[in-house]
Amino acid sequence: MEYFVQQLVNGLTLGSIYGLVAIGYTMVYGIIGMVNFAHGDIFMLGAFAALIVFLVLSPIIGFTGVAVLVLLLAMLVVAMLMTSLWNWTIERVAYRPLRGSFRLAPLITAIGMSIFLSNFIQVAQGPRNKPIPGLVNDVYTIAGISVSLKQIVIMVVTAVLLAIFWYIVNHTPLGRAQRATEQDRKMAALLGIDVDRTISITFIMGAALAAVAGSMYLIYYGVASYNDGFVPGVKAFTAAVLGGIGSLPGAVLGGLLIGLIESLWSAYFTIAYKDVATFAILAFVLIFKPSGLLGRPEVEKV
Amino acid sequence: MSGQPLLKVRGVETYYGNIRALNGVDVEVNQGEIACLIGANGAGKSTLMMTICGSPQARTGQVIFDGRDITRMPTHEIARLRIAQSPEGRRIFPRMTVYENLQMGASLDNLKYFDEDVKRIFKLFPRLEERQSQRGGTLSGGEQQMLSIGRALMARPKLLLLDEPSLGLAPLIVKQIFEAIKELNKTEGLTVFLVEQNAFAALRLSDRAYVMVNGHVTMQGSGKELLANPEVRAAYLEGGRH
Ligand SMILES: Nc1ncnc2c1ncn2[C@@H]1O[C@H](COP(=O)(O)OP(=O)(O)O)[C@@H](O)[C@H]1O
Ligand SMILES: [Mg+2]
Repeated sequence: MEYFVQQLVNGLTLGSIYGLVAIGYTMVYGIIGMVNFAHGDIFMLGAFAALIVFLVLSPIIGFTGVAVLVLLLAMLVVAMLMTSLWNWTIERVAYRPLRGSFRLAPLITAIGMSIFLSNFIQVAQGPRNKPIPGLVNDVYTIAGISVSLKQIVIMVVTAVLLAIFWYIVNHTPLGRAQRATEQDRKMAALLGIDVDRTISITFIMGAALAAVAGSMYLIYYGVASYNDGFVPGVKAFTAAVLGGIGSLPGAVLGGLLIGLIESLWSAYFTIAYKDVATFAILAFVLIFKPSGLLGRPEVEKV
Repeated sequence: MSGQPLLKVRGVETYYGNIRALNGVDVEVNQGEIACLIGANGAGKSTLMMTICGSPQARTGQVIFDGRDITRMPTHEIARLRIAQSPEGRRIFPRMTVYENLQMGASLDNLKYFDEDVKRIFKLFPRLEERQSQRGGTLSGGEQQMLSIGRALMARPKLLLLDEPSLGLAPLIVKQIFEAIKELNKTEGLTVFLVEQNAFAALRLSDRAYVMVNGHVTMQGSGKELLANPEVRAAYLEGGRH
C-alpha cells in the first residue's frame, strides 16, 4: 500500500510536468488546428536555458540557502523569456507564412523545426547529458511515504500556474479573444480582434508553460539532454490527445494520467517498457476515441 | 446628419481564387440612411458585405469609409473604424455564452461602455437577457440572429452591416427585428446597410436600395421606387418568397 501511494506521488509529479507541456500542444491545436511537433523541443530548450542560467549564476552566488531560491527564480524567468522568444519566432518565420496553405504543410514544417532545434542544441551544447547538482534535496517522510521538496515545489508551481492560466483564458479579454479566434477566426477579426497577434500570444503562453516544465524536469532529474524534446514531448502530446486535444482541462487530466500510468507501470511491470505503455495508449486513443476523454467529438484525426 | 456619403464602393471586383464574384460594383450609403441590397441567391450580396470588411479584399476598385480608403486595410482595423457586421450565417461563437458573445462585441472599447450598452441590448431583445448564460451554439435560429445583431451593436458602430437578418425566422420575430432597426436608425441616426431576401419588408424600410444580379448592380433607387418598379416586382416580390 505504501509502495502504491509512493508511486502515486511520483506519478503526479511527472504528470504535472507532462500536463504543463500538453497545454502548449492543445492550445496551439485549438487556435490554428495544427500539431506543433516542435513543442517538445521548446520544452527541451527551456531545460537548457535553465541549465545555462544555473551554470552562469551558481559560481557567483553559490547554491545553498537563499541563493537556491534566487537561482530557481532566475532559471524559471530566463527560461520562460528565452523559450517565448523562440516560439514566437518559430511561429512568425515557419508557420505563419503557411497559414491558408494545405493542412499538411505546417505539420511537416513543425517536424522539420523539431529536428532543427534538437540538432542545433546537440551542436551548440554537445551531445552528452548535462548534469547539475541537486538543488533542493530535502525529503520528508509522512506515514511511510517519502515526498521530496522537489516534488512539492513541482506540484505547487504547476497548480499555481494552472490557476493563473485558467483565469486568463476564462476571465480576461485576452482569453476571450483566444477562444473567439479558436471558434471562428473570421468573426473574431470582424469584431476588431487582431488574430495574428492573438495567435502569437498563444505560442508565447504555451512556450512559457513548457519552459517552466523544462526547468522543473531539469531540477527533478538533474540532467538535460538535446534529446529530451523527443520522448517527453511525445508523452505530453499523448497526454493532450488522451485528454482530448483542444481541451485545456483535458491536457491537465491527460498529463496526470500519463504520469501515473508511467510510474505505476515502472513500479509493477518492466521499467524498460514504460514508454511502450504510453505509446500504446496513444495508439489506442487515436483508434478508438480520437476525441479523447474531455474533447469535442468533431476533432479530426491528425 | 444625413447627406454626406459614409460608405462609397467604387468599381469593386472581388475574386474567390480565379472566380470573380463581384464584377465592378458601385454602391453608396449616406450618413443616417438605411440602404438595402436585394438579389437572388449567389448574386454576390454577402461577398460585397465581406469585401467592405476586407475579408476577402477587393482585387480592384475602392472601398471608402468616412473619407478614408479602407480597401487594403486588415479586417480588424476596419472593425476599429466602427464598421460592425452581423454576417451571413450569424457566426455566433458556439462555445461562448450569450453574455460572452456580447462582450466580444464590445472588444473595441475594452468593455468601457459594456454595462450601459448591454442593458440597451437586453431591452431591445429581452430574450437574450433570459438566455445570457446559455452557450451560443445552443440558441435557436431566431435567438442567434438577435445575438448576432446585438453583438454588432455592442461595438457602437457608425455603420451597421446586416446580412439577411430575417433568414429562417418566424414572421413575428422578423417584424420585431425590422422595427428594432428602424428605431435605432430614427433615434440614434445609425447608418444601416442591409442585405435581404425578404425584399418587400426591406424595400419598405429603406431610403435607398440596390438590386444585384451576378455580381453587378443592375438597378438602384429609393426603396419606394424599387417597390413600384415592375421588373423588381416580378423578380423579387410577386411569386417570390414573400
Ligand atoms: N468562400 C467562397 N469560395 C468560393 N466561392 C464563393 C465563396 N463564397 C461565395 N462564393 C461564390 O460567390 C458567388 C456569390 O456568393 P454570395 O456573395 O454568397 O452570394 P449571395 O450572398 O448574394 O447569395 C456565388 O457564386 C458563390 O458560389
Ligand atoms: Mg448571402
